[in-house]
Amino acid sequence: MPFSDEVLARLDADAAQIIARYPRPRSALLPLLHLVQSEEGYVSADGIAYCAAKFGLAEAEVTAVVSFYTMYKRHPAGEYNVGVCTNTLCAIMGGDQIFAELREHLGVGNDETTPDGKVLLEHVECNAACDYAPVVMVNWEFFDNQTPDSARQLVDDLRAGTPVRPTRGPGRLCTWREASRILAGFNDDQATDGPSAGPASLVGLKLAEEHGWRAPEPAGARSGNGGQAAGAGRLPHPHGEGRRAGSGPSTSGPSPADSASPRPGGSQPAKESS
Amino acid sequence: MTDTLTPVLTASWDQPDSFTLEGYKRAGGWQALPKALATDPDDLISALKNANLRGRGGAGFPTGVKWSFLPQGDGKPHYLVVNADESEPGTCKDVPLMMADPHVLIEGVAITAYAIRAKHAFIYVRGEVLHVVRRLRHAVEEAYAAGYLGENILGKGFDLDVVVHAGAGAYICGEESALLTSLEGFRGLPRLRPPFPAVAGLYACPTVINNVESIASVPSIVANGADWFAGLGTEKSKGYGIFSLSGHVTTPGQYEAPLGITLRELLDLGGGVRAGHRLKFWTPGGSSTPLLTDQHLDVPLDFESVAAAGSMLGTRALQIFDETTCVVRAVLRWTEFYEHESCGKCTPCREGTFWMVRVLERLEHGQGTEEDLEKLLDICDNILGRAFCALGDGAVSPIMSGIQYFRDEFMQHQKEGGCPFDPAASTLFGGN
Repeated sequence: MPFSDEVLARLDADAAQIIARYPRPRSALLPLLHLVQSEEGYVSADGIAYCAAKFGLAEAEVTAVVSFYTMYKRHPAGEYNVGVCTNTLCAIMGGDQIFAELREHLGVGNDETTPDGKVLLEHVECNAACDYAPVVMVNWEFFDNQTPDSARQLVDDLRAGTPVRPTRGPGRLCTWREASRILAGFNDDQATDGPSAGPASLVGLKLAEEHGWRAPEPAGARSGNGGQAAGAGRLPHPHGEGRRAGSGPSTSGPSPADSASPRPGGSQPAKESS
Repeated sequence: MTDTLTPVLTASWDQPDSFTLEGYKRAGGWQALPKALATDPDDLISALKNANLRGRGGAGFPTGVKWSFLPQGDGKPHYLVVNADESEPGTCKDVPLMMADPHVLIEGVAITAYAIRAKHAFIYVRGEVLHVVRRLRHAVEEAYAAGYLGENILGKGFDLDVVVHAGAGAYICGEESALLTSLEGFRGLPRLRPPFPAVAGLYACPTVINNVESIASVPSIVANGADWFAGLGTEKSKGYGIFSLSGHVTTPGQYEAPLGITLRELLDLGGGVRAGHRLKFWTPGGSSTPLLTDQHLDVPLDFESVAAAGSMLGTRALQIFDETTCVVRAVLRWTEFYEHESCGKCTPCREGTFWMVRVLERLEHGQGTEEDLEKLLDICDNILGRAFCALGDGAVSPIMSGIQYFRDEFMQHQKEGGCPFDPAASTLFGGN
């Protein structure tokens, strides 16, 4: 069904903003496809026709672009797209088992949506969070260090409408359409929400602090010839000086590094194969 | 003697507001840009050459040399493109960097754009990391508001616009020429080189394209000097880098150290291979770098030493697998990934990855033969160096190295009529 006049007016205003960001209009095609996906939850034939008209392209040309990129859905997706990483490392650490158990639990196959339209399940490739394996993504937010139990709970909560919180992300999980709008180029108000870094991202930094290890001071700041500056126990900051005098702002709440061990069940001995 | 770990890029990540302008400035940020804008652009390029920063996206090409390839005074617009499409299996350094400290990247972008005389820069970030996209865009907005981006930056007459561009899911777009094609609004197909992007890149204009970690290293080099940077690392692999430990290791995570640290040292820092197990194989820099084994624990992790050991430093994505892991299963899964991500442009990669998956499936299910191994190596030989871009070369790395070190294990599958490993034993939860 073609877009209504009201939807068209809204899309046109957004599209004009996006296209204006680029030296050449066609660079805005990928963002515009995210935009039409945010309208319908997937890239429909109407969405393709809309984009084609914007750039004076044939619909076949736009379709060729859509089919190249895995983030564009060609059929109605779920309100929440649950992606289980099954690339080698996550798969071996438990991703394969999580994916298999979720398929059975939800009664859907890969890239299929539950009958209530809430959850689409798919396997995804490496999502750059290997130190948090096994990883599950929901609408492209991180749910780190998953187990079959935690993943089942996650999809149950999503279907029941119980709020869930990404491990490294904002307090409120966006819907699939809202997420697509962010990808198109329009932030919501959650950029400053959530932690700076998760626990695994900080392990090296914490070790360095414990041992007093740091990068050398630049030559001008050195006290001797070539050695490290003899200094107090603070880390020098690479970009200049004056780092850590007061160790940051008034911290609200515990640092993410203080919470829990980096992974659940990591210390349990694994069963040997028979 | 340099310390074992040298946090520079990661130094502020434990601050709860490290991703804001205020947090970054309190950590000493946005002090390198004024210094850079008071310097001649050519001198900045020379400084980067002297620092000998080598590309942190995996290939290790000297960043300053790359910048110097741009023709000057050619009358064409110049572009800077940041490759933030981190997708190499095992690689997980740029995403936490951009989430925790997007301003260091944006300050690096501003300095680099000034050096190469670009007025338009793009950060091509993979779309599958929503919160990183938010953080980048928010930081760009803050930088505009503070006068670090936009028109007449810091009153020095330098103009720069920065666009955060979210990709749409395609591993090949991490290949620089495919990324540029994608940024122009097309299917992400790689381009024939020459001409290189420095001459004909985005919109056929001179373009510098660098990895996130490379550009994020620029502010500290400008602030602290080329000698400071070059004083770290090894003779030919200078500076610091983020090493990402993952897999069967007690404490996976990010460890920032001078190039040249060894896996043995990193494993010591990370509490060793998980309790009760031993190292079987590992990747030094993602799945496209040939596997190494416990023979290679003391190889210095710099470009030359890892190459001499038969692999590549790559992105320092150290994926650790213990003895519970079936190497055939691991190699098959990686090969399925390359098959899925092959763009289809060239025959060796498109057809080769397809058939290699079929042969590996047979082997994993115990139906393979010695002949299949020779067939696999023959296909690899027809891809390596013959594919259009590096994706094909990467696809053969796990197979060739897997067979080199674990040939017997491939054949054991045939003898036992199936995979001799229990996949539950490899999981973190030990099977339920």
